[in-house]
Amino acid sequence: MNPLITETEHSVLGIEAFDVCVDYNGTVALYDATLKLKTGSICGLVGMNGAGKTTFFKALMGFVRPSRGIIRINGSAVFKAQRDQAVAYVPQNEGIDCSFPVSVWDVVMMGRYGSMNFLRVSRESDRKAVWHALERVELLELRSRPIGSLSGGQRKRAFLARAIAQRASVLLLDEPFSGVDVRTEKLMSELFLQFRKEGRTILISTHDLNHVRDFCDLVVLINKTVLAYGKTSEIFTQENLTMTFGGMPPNALFGPTPSEGFLNE
Amino acid sequence: MNDLLASFAPISWLVEPLSHEFMRRALMVSALVGGVCGLLSCYMTLKGWALMGDAVSHAVMPGVVVAYALGLPFSIGAFVFGVGSVALIGFVKQKSRIKEDTVIGLVFTGFFALGLVLVSKIKSNIDLMHILFGSPLGISYSDVNQTLIISALVVNVLVLFRRDLMLYCFDPTHARSIGINTGILHYMLLSMLSLAAVAGLQTVGIILVVAMLITPGATAYLLTDRFDRMTYLAVLSSAVSSIIGVYISYWSDIETGGSIVLVQTVIFLFAFLFAPRYGILKSQGSIHY
Repeated sequence: MNPLITETEHSVLGIEAFDVCVDYNGTVALYDATLKLKTGSICGLVGMNGAGKTTFFKALMGFVRPSRGIIRINGSAVFKAQRDQAVAYVPQNEGIDCSFPVSVWDVVMMGRYGSMNFLRVSRESDRKAVWHALERVELLELRSRPIGSLSGGQRKRAFLARAIAQRASVLLLDEPFSGVDVRTEKLMSELFLQFRKEGRTILISTHDLNHVRDFCDLVVLINKTVLAYGKTSEIFTQENLTMTFGGMPPNALFGPTPSEGFLNE
Repeated sequence: MNDLLASFAPISWLVEPLSHEFMRRALMVSALVGGVCGLLSCYMTLKGWALMGDAVSHAVMPGVVVAYALGLPFSIGAFVFGVGSVALIGFVKQKSRIKEDTVIGLVFTGFFALGLVLVSKIKSNIDLMHILFGSPLGISYSDVNQTLIISALVVNVLVLFRRDLMLYCFDPTHARSIGINTGILHYMLLSMLSLAAVAGLQTVGIILVVAMLITPGATAYLLTDRFDRMTYLAVLSSAVSSIIGVYISYWSDIETGGSIVLVQTVIFLFAFLFAPRYGILKSQGSIHY
């Protein structure tokens, strides 16, 4: 029924979540979330505010410990993925103090910190990686500008460059298309396609269904749990979307628990 | 008449106080403490921890009193109570519905009150005024040694971990996602805050030490867009303010702590008015990169 699982069974999985539950002091934020994303895919994470998108991101980055379930990044545990610099998070613009006295170059260099010694002294290879990353997002000529002097779209590109410099294979992007100019949007979507070719796994959290339709091969619908996931063309049905945004109970479509629905296939 | 003129000449204004042992000591300790607090103030300003600095500096009070009473180095008592107050703030905030700024205000005033009560009850040679307002001109040798050790420790930690701490202030999410332990950095910064507060209370006293932990950073923040340059400027302005403050205090016979902080405030006002890019009197259209 779901071709994705059989298709990815023998290839490397970028992100794998199995029966993940997260609760904050007894309040359930996410339950029985199961998901397998193969490397080299662009996946949209779609759900309402409070549907658990942020919680899911946090669980993937190892910021919250699931009360149950397993998460694997590139086939290894989350803390090992952190050590390997495998996961990069590209924040929303609002999450960053833009009056902080750092230049664009400094911000991108932060992507290299994890690979440096504990004094964080940059080597030639680090500077090359930063230079190259800035080139790819077309910010090279603005590299010595303070981060606060950039436009929203340029700032977004700077944080994307940081993820590139980090050489992360799994990219988590929070609302990447909100408040960006046309040029940035075009550049970002081209970059995402290149990333896919390079075998990176990209997970995009967004409300914007049009962007998901345009850029994402795969989509995950989420409302406190993974309601459905798979190829965008198959999953993006009126029915599924109504369920994601209309607040209908998830077991209306998948039986008692959605994860069981997937497992029994 | 000639003597009078000579005593007003700039050179003798600078040199004459240096003939006193207590002034040499006061200038050295004040400049050192100023520099250390100035360095830390960059992180306080950028992290938005001004209120936390205020809290910790007041909360060390009972620690100082208890340490004196037990014959321990005052810095140990201050450190325990400084870090303890922060842990308590975190605990109360987590376990109750009260907002953080309220918890901070609540905890530090409680600690401070405990300190006042202890001073009045424990019969010792502690001079309340020295703790509250500092007394760099009357600093003892053992206090100088403690200050030197504290300063060396704080400077070393802040310099060695400056990149990590900067990243922690700027983007803790990224720091965590690349495997940096931000919990350790958080408590490292708070420990340094407690230690710097102890060092600072030597020169300006508990009540004004928070100024040492905020003002230089705020001044430097208005002057530059580079983190490294911000730290140099903060250290420089803080150390220079301390030296000028001690001199003014000597010649005008005014309270030293107040004098130092007032000089810092005047320097901040200059930056506020005349800073090239962020001063309110900057010429229009002067922003270019």
